[in-house]
Amino acid sequence: MVTLTIDNHTVSVPNGTTILEAARKVGVKIPTLCYLPKINEVASCRVCAVEVEGVDKLATACNTQVVEGMVVHTNTQRVRITRKTNVELILSQHVDHCVTCVRSGNCSLQSLSKAMNIQSVPFRKEAPERPWDPALPILRDSAKCIKCLRCVSVCERVQSLGVWEVTGSGAHTTVRIRGGLPMNEANCALCGQCVSHCPVGALRERDDTEAVFSALADPTKEVVFQIAPAVRSAWGEILGLSPDQATEKRLAAAVRALGVRYVFDTTFSADLTILEESHEFLQRLADPQAKLPQFTSCCPGWVRFVRTEYPEMAEHLSTAKSPQQMFGAVAKSYFAEKLGKAPEDIFCVSVMPCTAKKYEAAVPEVSDAAGRDVDVVLTTRELDRMLRAMQVNVAALPEEDFDHPLGRGSGAGVIFGVTGGVMEAALRTAYWKLTGENPAPDAFEEIRGQQPWREVSFTIGDRELRLAVASGLGAARELMDALRAGQARYDFVEVMACPGGCSGGGGQPIHDGEDYAPRRGQVLYQLDRESPVRFSHENPEIQTLYQDYLGQPLSEKAEALLHTDQRKWTL
Amino acid sequence: MSRLRITPWENSQRTVDDLYADMERRISAAPCGNCPVELTSAFLKLCLAQSCGKCVPCRIGLDRLAALLDQLLDGHGTQEDLGNILRLAQSIVDSADCAIGFEAAQMVLDGYVAFQDDYLAHVNQGSCTANFKSVPCVELCPAHVDVPGYISLVGEERYADAIRLIRKDNPFPSVCGLVCEHPCESHCRRTIVDSPLNIRGIKRFAVDHAGVVPVPPLAPPSGKKVAIVGGGPSGLTAAYFLSLMGHKVTVYERKPMLGGMLRYGIPAYRLPASYLDRDIEAILSTGVTVHVNTAVGQDITLPQLREAYDSVYLAIGAGLHKSLGIPGEEAKGVLSAIEMLDSTIRAVKPDFTGKDVVVVGGGNVAMDATRTSVRLGAKSVKCVYRRRVADMTALPEEIEGAMAEGCEVLPLKAPVAIQTDENGKVTGLVVQPQVIGEVRGGRPAPRDADQPQEVIPCDVVLMAVGQAVDSKTLADQGVPVNRNNIVAADDGSVPGLEGVFSGGDCVSGPATVILAVAAGKVAAASIDEYLGCHTDISANLEIPAAPFRLKQATGRVDLTEREASWRKNDFELMENCMSEQEMAQECSRCLRCDHYGHAGFKGGRRDTW
Repeated sequence: MVTLTIDNHTVSVPNGTTILEAARKVGVKIPTLCYLPKINEVASCRVCAVEVEGVDKLATACNTQVVEGMVVHTNTQRVRITRKTNVELILSQHVDHCVTCVRSGNCSLQSLSKAMNIQSVPFRKEAPERPWDPALPILRDSAKCIKCLRCVSVCERVQSLGVWEVTGSGAHTTVRIRGGLPMNEANCALCGQCVSHCPVGALRERDDTEAVFSALADPTKEVVFQIAPAVRSAWGEILGLSPDQATEKRLAAAVRALGVRYVFDTTFSADLTILEESHEFLQRLADPQAKLPQFTSCCPGWVRFVRTEYPEMAEHLSTAKSPQQMFGAVAKSYFAEKLGKAPEDIFCVSVMPCTAKKYEAAVPEVSDAAGRDVDVVLTTRELDRMLRAMQVNVAALPEEDFDHPLGRGSGAGVIFGVTGGVMEAALRTAYWKLTGENPAPDAFEEIRGQQPWREVSFTIGDRELRLAVASGLGAARELMDALRAGQARYDFVEVMACPGGCSGGGGQPIHDGEDYAPRRGQVLYQLDRESPVRFSHENPEIQTLYQDYLGQPLSEKAEALLHTDQRKWTL
Repeated sequence: MSRLRITPWENSQRTVDDLYADMERRISAAPCGNCPVELTSAFLKLCLAQSCGKCVPCRIGLDRLAALLDQLLDGHGTQEDLGNILRLAQSIVDSADCAIGFEAAQMVLDGYVAFQDDYLAHVNQGSCTANFKSVPCVELCPAHVDVPGYISLVGEERYADAIRLIRKDNPFPSVCGLVCEHPCESHCRRTIVDSPLNIRGIKRFAVDHAGVVPVPPLAPPSGKKVAIVGGGPSGLTAAYFLSLMGHKVTVYERKPMLGGMLRYGIPAYRLPASYLDRDIEAILSTGVTVHVNTAVGQDITLPQLREAYDSVYLAIGAGLHKSLGIPGEEAKGVLSAIEMLDSTIRAVKPDFTGKDVVVVGGGNVAMDATRTSVRLGAKSVKCVYRRRVADMTALPEEIEGAMAEGCEVLPLKAPVAIQTDENGKVTGLVVQPQVIGEVRGGRPAPRDADQPQEVIPCDVVLMAVGQAVDSKTLADQGVPVNRNNIVAADDGSVPGLEGVFSGGDCVSGPATVILAVAAGKVAAASIDEYLGCHTDISANLEIPAAPFRLKQATGRVDLTEREASWRKNDFELMENCMSEQEMAQECSRCLRCDHYGHAGFKGGRRDTW
């Protein structure tokens, strides 16, 4: 233990603690900007500067370890002026078009500037403008980039991809795609973790809200919304709703308030995915020629990762489409027939916690119907922006149900939004299929957790299944390397590209410096527990769909509509 | 009133001189991997500040040239701009009145030629190809030894851990503590504050205080066998790492003892056998099998080795001496320097008592021969070199040391012939005085002076004019060679011979210990991969956290030597170790570039390779 003094507080902390952590322990606030614990402790912004007695320079609190007897002052005139100067310098290289910035009101630089009482910048303002392809799912505005290096660190240290890099020297130092490559050649998974860790508006998703508003205003279009499981655990966070207010039924009401005729639930098609994927898994298990382990395929970030980093293992991916794409395929066939409409008259919008889903929906090879199965993908953040734009008074809306027949999901479908959830849902159905009876709904809860790479084994019938779950592509890489080297053997592997799964997805509301994935995951588990139906195969709307339209899982029709060959996807 | 006055050097000018001195130190400590266009632009602005402003090309041209470069840096440059840059720079070179202008523009032209890819990247991609390399000492050490890591360990008196950390990349800490040419010091960031750290001296301190440090545990046996031809620094480095990786290693050495040039080429007063043996014992403790007195090509052939082993590493060094080809070179009393040095480790050393010795050459081997001759009792020792003292490739401290021991350096004398008596015995070296001339290939070339030849009377001539690779037997067995050097790719693989790798002096030509070590390390990694393994080498050490750094400029601790008048009489180690007090101060000067600066973000430490 080390004892030190911070602004007249005496504090004892373990060896290796930083000044920042020690200060937080005694309630002393030190501002930070570039700092991301364990991921980006690089002290590039120099905003967390503090004075240490006996040391001639100021020290950066975020990456300076405490020393016995250290006396720290966090609020002297010298400290205040230095911090203010450094924020002013950052502002001088940042286009502060706050009124039109997507991050206005949720921008760390903006709040820091306000906190420092900066009312003008005394330095020459010049921010580099570099072109960017506006059609990409992820957009970068170089004039807003503050070179905090978080995107570089997150992509490299958490996601193991290293898509972003620092280039140039001196004032021309900037961040770019590795090697100056176009984004689609840099093996980017499009997971959006760089976006959700950007403290300012330099990185954002392509905004597709206008396309949805146009469709809503088009009388020839039947607009159909699907809402992903993880969205319901996060959508209210930045709308000022309490968790009690931000229910899934109020979410359905809010989307309906936008003028949407059919508000459906991706949880429904998650159940459909489970039926197809678990049947495929049992088929692979029974076939000695088949490739094991089977990989889940519902996360397009993960699919891109396999395709670019481990292409020889792409045949392990389940051929089942993701719930988003199954929904689109069913909406433009089964549902269109029910409505007596042509597929092209259905305008299918999905709300996803994800930026990679924008890519997935646009993959030409994934859509079966005329045009795209899913016309527009919105992130949770874009949905929130639409609700704001339409001045929807969300808190005042009464709760409403989703529409039918694609609006009902089981508890198993809901937990698709959290790491381990797809595996758990699949096991519930596989158990039923193998043994003829349902397991206890929480029989497989051992698979839950926030550990980036977890493994468990269960014996179902006489078969021992070895299973692994990973979230975050860094953990996925470790797992894949172990598989490739023969150091690990599994039957079934679930990977979600974002840490914590879709709950921590790159399209979710941003809370700078805080990881909301675990708490959102808990919301989904709660919904699962409260759900009257906890098995995908018991979802009555799924049963009807098979009876009336698809026949059996893996039937010819199901294969045609609900399966894809990811190896052929355009990257 | 007098029409002349003594004008004092103004105070303001003194400050400017101080600032220039600061800038010189900063430039010499340049970080690696900066954007060359950015640097060129900055240099141009400095040149412009020095311009008197009289002439158009300099006054306006340099400014507009810098503006064009800045346009590239801003990502707005075009192919047309590149053309304009070249045209403008050439015009300034051609028409500026004085060196302030024409040399500035020449710098742009030279930079453009060297960094054309980078200029094009700025135009085509709007960004730079350069990558900032973060820790200069680690980057510049060919073996990439974790310098800040071991300095911090030494500073905490964890000497054995320091040796463990050094051995992660270099199994010759004792040898390098004494004789490394320390490229790590050349861009030490501390130079910006005062002067570079004495990194080698700190390593020497660790070596002298660590005691015997056991090697780390070996990886499980791979079942693979590797033969290493040559027991010098490169071969033994590869042997050490391959052994740690779990492979079965056998070293074949032509000489009776291991060590190569370290044992047979470096005199004991610089590198006592006890230091070398300490490193070799550690290397052999990993279970390496050794066959000495075994020449590949005579006692065993390369095809036999390739048959018996899964992979072969050729590290035969460059032990063949070159000659000048002047008349009389075969005379009695003419020896090659390396043969002479080799003979000094035998029980009976050559005796130069009462003899006048002339050494020909200007490199470190020449200095070794010079100072060894003094120790062998020579009456006089003169070192003859055809360029200036400043052009000698020997380390300056070696030249100074030799002079302190009473040797003379005779620069600007080109050997022409060796004079002999009727018995064919050397009586003198005939030399042609030289003048230093134009710079060619980066250094000034000498040419004959308008003066007659001279004779330097002597009994012994030691030729230290370079070494070559004795590659003929290997070439006969199918190894590709180019001007006697073995041909190998940058991963050490020898083209056309599967499973055969080569490195060190026999590939590069005569170079330094640390380059040989680096080649051995690269070869070990490549051979491990070739054998289908990927065995990590790491030290598993907790490196002390970077402390606060005070900016107080502090002098560098230089190592002292035993008094010249004493040391010249024996072969005992001449260099003294730092005191504990000096070590502590020197370690505390380390700026910990592994933590502060760019390395805090990236590239600070490579724990494993």
